[in-house]
Amino acid sequence: MSYPAPLQELTVRVAQTRTDRLKQVWRRLSAEEKQSLLKEFHPDYRADTFVQLRIGPNRGDRTPKELALLLEADSLLPEGIEVEKVDYTCDVLIIGGGGAGCAAALEASAAGAACIVATKLRLGDANTMMAQGGIQAADKENDSPAIHYLDVLGGGHFQNVPDLVEALVTDAPEAIEWLENLGVIFDKNPDGSMKTIHGGGTSRKRMHTCRDYTGAEIMRTLRDEVRSRPEITVLEFCPAVELLTTASGEVAGAVLFNLNLNQYLVVRAKCVLIATGGSGRLHYQGFPTSNHYGATGDGLVLAYRAGARLTFIDTMQYHPTGVAFPQQILGQLVTEKVRSLGAQLVNISGEQFVFPLETRDVVASAIIKECQEERGVTTPAGIKGVWLDTPMIEILHGPGTVKKELPAMVRQFSRFGIEIDREPILVFPTLHYQNGGVAIDQHCRTDVPFLLVAGEASGGVHGRNRLMGNSLLDVIVFGRRGGRSAAQAAKERSEPFDLTLMHLERWRRLLKENGIAPPVPAPIILPDYTRKRQTAIGKLGDNDE
Amino acid sequence: MGEHHQVPDSLTILQALEYAGYRLVRGVGCRGGFCGACATVFRSGGDYHLKFALACQTRVEPDMQLAMIPFFPAHRPNYRLADLKGTPEEVLNLFPEMLRCYGCNTCTKSCPQDIDVLGYVSAIIRGDIATAADISFDCIMCGLCVARCPAELVKHQAALLCRRIYGRSLAPRSEHLKKRIAEIKAGRFKQEIAQLKATGIKELQERYAARDIEPED
Repeated sequence: MSYPAPLQELTVRVAQTRTDRLKQVWRRLSAEEKQSLLKEFHPDYRADTFVQLRIGPNRGDRTPKELALLLEADSLLPEGIEVEKVDYTCDVLIIGGGGAGCAAALEASAAGAACIVATKLRLGDANTMMAQGGIQAADKENDSPAIHYLDVLGGGHFQNVPDLVEALVTDAPEAIEWLENLGVIFDKNPDGSMKTIHGGGTSRKRMHTCRDYTGAEIMRTLRDEVRSRPEITVLEFCPAVELLTTASGEVAGAVLFNLNLNQYLVVRAKCVLIATGGSGRLHYQGFPTSNHYGATGDGLVLAYRAGARLTFIDTMQYHPTGVAFPQQILGQLVTEKVRSLGAQLVNISGEQFVFPLETRDVVASAIIKECQEERGVTTPAGIKGVWLDTPMIEILHGPGTVKKELPAMVRQFSRFGIEIDREPILVFPTLHYQNGGVAIDQHCRTDVPFLLVAGEASGGVHGRNRLMGNSLLDVIVFGRRGGRSAAQAAKERSEPFDLTLMHLERWRRLLKENGIAPPVPAPIILPDYTRKRQTAIGKLGDNDE
Repeated sequence: MGEHHQVPDSLTILQALEYAGYRLVRGVGCRGGFCGACATVFRSGGDYHLKFALACQTRVEPDMQLAMIPFFPAHRPNYRLADLKGTPEEVLNLFPEMLRCYGCNTCTKSCPQDIDVLGYVSAIIRGDIATAADISFDCIMCGLCVARCPAELVKHQAALLCRRIYGRSLAPRSEHLKKRIAEIKAGRFKQEIAQLKATGIKELQERYAARDIEPED
């Protein structure tokens, strides 16, 4: 028995309604209906979980409490760090070794720049590795970059930065070819045409997949290519803890902290590209997260302190289908591809309640509504969720489809005794993606000279909600663009420059003037899930994930 | 790791280590079974068999003993994919140790992804790159098969090379992709997108609502 008896009984109802539901297509919501659903149930609209920033370029802007705490924090750097003692010198320092960082390194290096990639954990330890759903590109006859453009805008509630969206959709087909030339294996038909499917909010089937290991396949390929180029220096377990600037506020390098040796390292760089990814590990509003262990928003903190403006930092993506049961993998991702393949979302009575491929924010809100209004299922651990009816896929596409198309999902659940081709799974929204980030232009440039940002750490391209398959595309397109413009910027920076921490001195003055006494330093580098003994008699702190 | 800790039985190995007080730097990554950072060897209570798992995907057992493998030496031969022709001989020249395989199948037994590791090693020896790429596709490169191999094969790296050769040189190419890239280079969609960029929100919303959506099948 996979599910405990009370849940097992509830799956019967799902099976009973399956035949009828197969014929039923749920109505898509109108723009007005979507807005009112979002306002009432989406976590972005929970006013008491946001605060206004008190200092910095986004002073007065609304942001989640958890992020504000870090943006308004003091540096980790101890007094007396000697920034003149340079450990490494390079043209381009790339902070972050995920999809965007590796793509940037390959392009910057190809353009002749001496590159260093500094990464918090191992090269490739990043959210890119975990992306399962796919990567969008308008490369089919019935599709076009313009159609893709409108889909992206609609998904982002028409708030997206148009130049960035244009870059995203126009570069997309070439990004796919670039990945293929590096050896990425996409799912294809025998004639070589791409097998493409829908994602939430797409009007054409333009989701390219590598089974359900799309991100892993892309990441391990990029990582291997970076490793094959000895001219790229990779510093693993070396997160950046502070940027370095010149007296006039231009970026000039960074201070890294070697986690293995507990040593600070000074890197002098003509140009710095931040590709540190998202911040799901800040657990906004107490949500579980699908994110990588290192997703703690470091890049936002570093860039903000150096004077870069952030954008859309009041909007996070809650992926509709995080695991709600079993508890051991709570919050981990159930890929949207499951819904792309036809699985419906079903409440405790076995009824549908939302078109499964609405955009992610809408589906997440619909699930939260269903659970708040007591039509969800409660697990033995007290977690609420709704059913995702995976066995439908076998009926729609033939027996064996689930194993063939979703091997990672099958494996993840069967480790806990649940066979998803025969049993539905329980899901609830999980904190998945940082829609906003550092404001950039189409060449990844920020407000701060010689500071570039690419990938999830940047903001604007996805507006207020990202579509499935546009994050892998984002990291490749803007990683590559960022790498090229970083190499160019480094080439053009011919004047000698000094290395200082003057931005940090200014920041500390600003904290003092505004009466802010930060309770924690930032970035936090890694989350802390240990249970701490708080007193001598062993009272345990409650710090569960 | 030689210490005794009591933890709730519902935890994964990874959560149990954290519960015990370890703030992990190595041996932790995606926490979702995709990155291979948390390869772990263990013995169940009273059982002499050595077992293997991903710490983030495996529940603790009573009286289990375990250690994470923070890093396992596994060389990557110095090659650039673009310089290779993509022949089976090249794979074997770069990974000559593949031919030392005894066929003991310990690799397959140690794979937390249940990949038929011996199957793809055999394919590499036969010169069948496509099959090696297919069988090894779900590899997360945790290195447990390398750690356990008595013949010292660095097989996960060889499999990665096979997949990269397949993706670059053996998989049939997409005509529609080539065509679209050429169209974009010729500036075919530039004007249409420029118009969209200049269109007001209200009209964009209307056009979005009126999109024709490609049917499922």
